[in-house]
Amino acid sequence: MIPVADYYVVASVLFAIGAAGFLTRKNLLVMFMSVELMLNAANLVLLAASSTHDLGRGSAMALVSVAVAAAEVGVGLAIIIALFRLRASVDAEEMTNLHG
Amino acid sequence: MDALIDPTLLTRIAFYFFSALSIVAALFVVVHRNPIVSAVALVMTFLGVAGLYLTLGATFLTAVQILVYAGAIMVLFLFVIMLLNLEKDPFEEPHVPRLLGAGLAIALLFGLVAVLGGTVAVGTSIRSGSAEEIGKIFFGEYIFPFEMASLLLLVAMIGVIVVARRSDGKEAL
Amino acid sequence: MSPDIAYFAATLAKIVAIFLLSVHVVPIMVILERRISAWVQFRIGPNRVGPLGLFQPLADLVKFLGKEDFVPAQANKVLFWAAPALTCLPPFLVMTLIPFAPPFEVMGRELPAVIVDSSIGIILALALSSLTVYGIAIGGWSSNSKYSLLGGLRSSAQMISYELALGLSVLAVICVSGTLNLSDMITRQTAFFGFDDATGNWAGWNIFSQPVAFLVFLVASYAETNRLPFDLPEAESELVGGYHTEYSATKFSLFFMGEYIGMLGMACLIVILFLGGWHLPGVAALDLSPNVFALVGLLVFMAKVGFFLLLFIQVRWTLPRFRYDQLMQVGWKVLLPIALANILVTGFVVAWS
Repeated sequence: MIPVADYYVVASVLFAIGAAGFLTRKNLLVMFMSVELMLNAANLVLLAASSTHDLGRGSAMALVSVAVAAAEVGVGLAIIIALFRLRASVDAEEMTNLHG
Repeated sequence: MDALIDPTLLTRIAFYFFSALSIVAALFVVVHRNPIVSAVALVMTFLGVAGLYLTLGATFLTAVQILVYAGAIMVLFLFVIMLLNLEKDPFEEPHVPRLLGAGLAIALLFGLVAVLGGTVAVGTSIRSGSAEEIGKIFFGEYIFPFEMASLLLLVAMIGVIVVARRSDGKEAL
Repeated sequence: MSPDIAYFAATLAKIVAIFLLSVHVVPIMVILERRISAWVQFRIGPNRVGPLGLFQPLADLVKFLGKEDFVPAQANKVLFWAAPALTCLPPFLVMTLIPFAPPFEVMGRELPAVIVDSSIGIILALALSSLTVYGIAIGGWSSNSKYSLLGGLRSSAQMISYELALGLSVLAVICVSGTLNLSDMITRQTAFFGFDDATGNWAGWNIFSQPVAFLVFLVASYAETNRLPFDLPEAESELVGGYHTEYSATKFSLFFMGEYIGMLGMACLIVILFLGGWHLPGVAALDLSPNVFALVGLLVFMAKVGFFLLLFIQVRWTLPRFRYDQLMQVGWKVLLPIALANILVTGFVVAWS
């Protein structure tokens, strides 16, 4: 079988790409997509780790995380739509209402 | 009969293929300036990750990954991008905060690979990732997280309707 | 099963067979659709090419392949090219999950008449068919035309709305049959109407135990395949041609093919979930040899699928199109609550018995 470490490396690369996207992009939607990328990398680690111990329980945990991600996407996109209605833009740097 | 191809070799080929697919597509998500292309590339990433789940033997999670992530979440993204009718993001010269972010991400990559890359797995799996096993776990030991997840989804649904609805009762946009 | 040469050869043969079958259903459906629509509207329909106009699809094919493959100047080239393939691919993948017949017996080995006999077949089928929406949405967007964009938007909204009703109606069926595997689902509908003597479980066709789920699934499958009365994404009176307005030649024919093979997949799923697949009352009592039984099963399955394909056509040319708000009302305020209530009742009955 494939060593678990290989899966960890792939997940690390995905997580780092997601982090890079979140830190460098200004488009709220792309930033949000980067967060999804990081969540997926975390799920991959969870499943790879559980595959050598208890894949059933790892899958159950990953399933809960998928449900949470679905809820998060719904709320996040609703907030982005509300912001777009207010500002006609999805640029993160224009959201400066709380700048004091 | 003789084995034509070693099954572990097939798994290995699948692993490298899906890894390459998900990483290349993930790069497209982050680098491309057109949000629609980003969304399509993210679908490809999710399908690649679903393939990786399959090589791990987590069949049910593979189906869930395709159904929920690729089938539902990304359609929502695509729908919102099309609804807002977004244009290509303008090109920007690299500036300090941006370079700092990229540097941080690269540092994170090296840190993660250094910590996780040397892991050696011990033990064998005592349960498979089939739908039956997951069902037994959810309706036995994990009944509380399961119910909480359903409650969370309900709350999120109400929240989405409240946030995205216009107070004057007109259409969404 | 260990992957040996015979296994690879058998799988390859099955892939070719099912691909050819799916591809050839399209021209048959096209000629049937045109003749039946003509019959419904008191016209004659295409009757010039070949006897009774049977070769009309061939002429259509030549026309499609010979047309100029036009790409709008402002279109996003890569996505514009990718969209037809993305629409066409998921229906083919769904077809790999469909068990067409009981297992054949070839050279002393059992040969199941399905390419991927997955333990979670029905979930995979729903997951894969939900990917069709990308091709349509991307095709609509990349054409850079407002009619295409509106068609694509409508279609993605419609498909995610009706996927819910579709999935929930299937859940009730899963409750009754207690399996996610499509072949097992068929073998648990052996009797036409009645219970299993040994276990006391329902062993008849699911259409009798789940009539509500059947109706919800049927209606939702029309919406999923973008057929009338739910063909809002391509409503020609409002949106010219909908999401494929800007497409021509081979790319257009790929959209067309995706739609028809999607219908074929949906018809197969209806037959498997609700109508007992290859079972027909009386055939099991004939005590046929396995191969003959499998062949009869294949024919029975095909006949049932054919019936639903004809129903798709008949409905298209009989019912008027819904208005868009009505479509959403039917999806969210009628089908969804009915499907939910059906699951609740089914759950109680299954738990109580």
